[in-house]
Amino acid sequence: MITLSHYLVLSAILFCIGLVGILRRKNLLMLFFATEMLLNAVNIGFAAISKYYMDLTGQLFAFFIIAIAASEVAVGLGLLIIWYKRVGSIDLDTMQSMHG
Amino acid sequence: MEKYLYLALFSPLVGSLFAAIFGAQPKKLITGIVASALLFVSLFSSLYLLGYVTSTGNSIHVKLFDWISVGGLNIPFGFVVDQVSVIMMVTVTTVSALVHVYSIGYMKYDEGFNRFFSYLSAFVFSMMILVMSDNFAGLFIGWEGVGLCSWLLVGFWYKKPDVTRDINPSISPSWAANEAFIMNRIADLGMLIGIFLIYWNTGSLQYNVVFKDVSALNIGLVSLIGIFLFIGAMGKSAQFPLHTWLADAMEGPTPVSALIHAATMVTAGVYLVIRANPIYSSIPDVGLLIATIGAFVAVFAASMALVNQDLKRIIAYSTLSQLGYMFVAAGLGAYWIALFHLMTHAFFKALLFLGAGNVMHAMDDELNIFKMGGLAKTMKWTAIMMIIASLALAGIYPFAGFFSKDKILEVAFDSEHYLLWFMLWLGAGMTAFYSFRLVMLVFFGEERYKKYGFHPHEAYWYMLLAMLPLAILAIISGFFEESFEHFVTMLLPEYHFHVHGITVVALIGITTLIALSGIGLAVYKYSRGGFSEKWKDTFVYKLLINQYYIPIIYEKFFSKPYAELSRIAWKELDLRVVDATVDFIANVIYKTGFKGRVVQSGNLSKMLKWMVIGLITLLVLAIVYSPVR
Repeated sequence: MITLSHYLVLSAILFCIGLVGILRRKNLLMLFFATEMLLNAVNIGFAAISKYYMDLTGQLFAFFIIAIAASEVAVGLGLLIIWYKRVGSIDLDTMQSMHG
Repeated sequence: MEKYLYLALFSPLVGSLFAAIFGAQPKKLITGIVASALLFVSLFSSLYLLGYVTSTGNSIHVKLFDWISVGGLNIPFGFVVDQVSVIMMVTVTTVSALVHVYSIGYMKYDEGFNRFFSYLSAFVFSMMILVMSDNFAGLFIGWEGVGLCSWLLVGFWYKKPDVTRDINPSISPSWAANEAFIMNRIADLGMLIGIFLIYWNTGSLQYNVVFKDVSALNIGLVSLIGIFLFIGAMGKSAQFPLHTWLADAMEGPTPVSALIHAATMVTAGVYLVIRANPIYSSIPDVGLLIATIGAFVAVFAASMALVNQDLKRIIAYSTLSQLGYMFVAAGLGAYWIALFHLMTHAFFKALLFLGAGNVMHAMDDELNIFKMGGLAKTMKWTAIMMIIASLALAGIYPFAGFFSKDKILEVAFDSEHYLLWFMLWLGAGMTAFYSFRLVMLVFFGEERYKKYGFHPHEAYWYMLLAMLPLAILAIISGFFEESFEHFVTMLLPEYHFHVHGITVVALIGITTLIALSGIGLAVYKYSRGGFSEKWKDTFVYKLLINQYYIPIIYEKFFSKPYAELSRIAWKELDLRVVDATVDFIANVIYKTGFKGRVVQSGNLSKMLKWMVIGLITLLVLAIVYSPVR
């Protein structure tokens, strides 16, 4: 039997993977993937809890997140392509212009 | 009628602002003329108001606007023209207008000509506020205003360097100006406390309200108010022990000495006591204290004038002494006599100072009267006018001083304070002596100035013309005594004399006798070359010429320790404790920033790491401090 806990654990695991991805990845494209994982981890959580409480609000929210994630990726990829055309690299460390 | 009140009050301000426009420019004669003309406007308006108040007996009360209106505190900016203030207005504007005209000649070659007129007119404006205000707050504004203008004018020649006390007892104009200002601040604290006490206990600062309520207050409290207000008056009127600034203030230009330090500002203290007569009438003990201090100063200051060699300082001490006389009258409840002496004194003392100004001009600013002598030949008119002023000061019939000063002595005798009377009587003799010592040494005898290479000349005609009205007033103003009494006692309490007839005549006789013998002694001694040189080695002479060593004592016991205290507060307390604390905090923040600025590298990867660290920290905190657990 798959209970709510299973979903939430899955969601937490995905979230942690995404978080590690954000921390470790130097490639901007990979960073986007990691961000998507974070958002979708949350989506799983929303959908599961929504089902558990029989309340549609959580699922509604998941839809919103999917829509926003899509638009974010669209804008982000557009910027990424332009950046790549200009600089020829999407490594995060090469983007640094200040020195602290 | 209000129109004339505003004209009288604001004309000097307009003159001052006009002159201020040209303040930094070289001399423009027009500033002097406009300022003087506006002063005459003020004078004629005041005279018109005097005529109105005399003929109708009404006083004029206007409210310009609400000044402070907060909660229960309500201080309007109001002015009142009644019997007392109109007398003050006429006295102030008369002397001011004439001094303005005189200054056009006196300051002719001064580069600060325009600036001078700006300050002088501003002074008159402040003085008008002081005398016309209908509440203590307005009086205090005027009080501070005249103090400020006095500071500006005493230090008018601020570029002169400091010298030691042996060469010039006042050290330098800027030093003297600061001394006057600081002394007055000390006294003003007393005055402020007095005003606060009045407000706390009556809930108002309006004269009419305060004086109505004051009789209901506890006598100890009223005494306290009276004493604190008198401390303020002591500063402004240079009474002992706050007297040293007045003689040093003679560093200012002579018209300033005539206007501010003889005729008007220094009498503000007397005016305050006269104005607050309902307070002082209910506390005769404090009045007696005031009278005692006044009588002491009358003799004390006169004694210093006996030996001084400085033309202006002698007259300054004489002013101090005469202020003492006024305080005796005011302290003993004879307010109208104090006001009368204030008025006559303003006329003849201003005249005396302006005459001294002429002499200084003729002698290239030399002040030592032992370097003068025989000036009557070249300066006939100045000599005549200064003799008139000296006779008035000495109290010889029929000159103005006779009427007012004699009345004060009569009051002292009449109220059975024979010691006070004796002191004043002695002071009258000294006054006569030093006045004519000055006249003899300056205008008669051997022409010692030739030795020093001076070429004296008479002053410009318009300067003499400006002095003429004062000379006439110094002669005739005494004859208005009865009408003056009748006029001001409509507002001020009357003084009822107990002694009559032969006693009064005898008193007048005795006083005139000592005045005449003082004059006689001076004339006799100084027509024969004065006292011998041995006199200068005596202890008494040294005591007097050094002003009883009071300035030195003040310096040793107040100025020096205070300066040392300030130095400690600065070097030890401020730099080591306050500044160090502030610096420490600033350094910590600065260093933290320096170390922490690497966080802001602009590297997205690192910034994300910090964000995650922050997130985790907040999460941990949220879990640890979660209320539901």
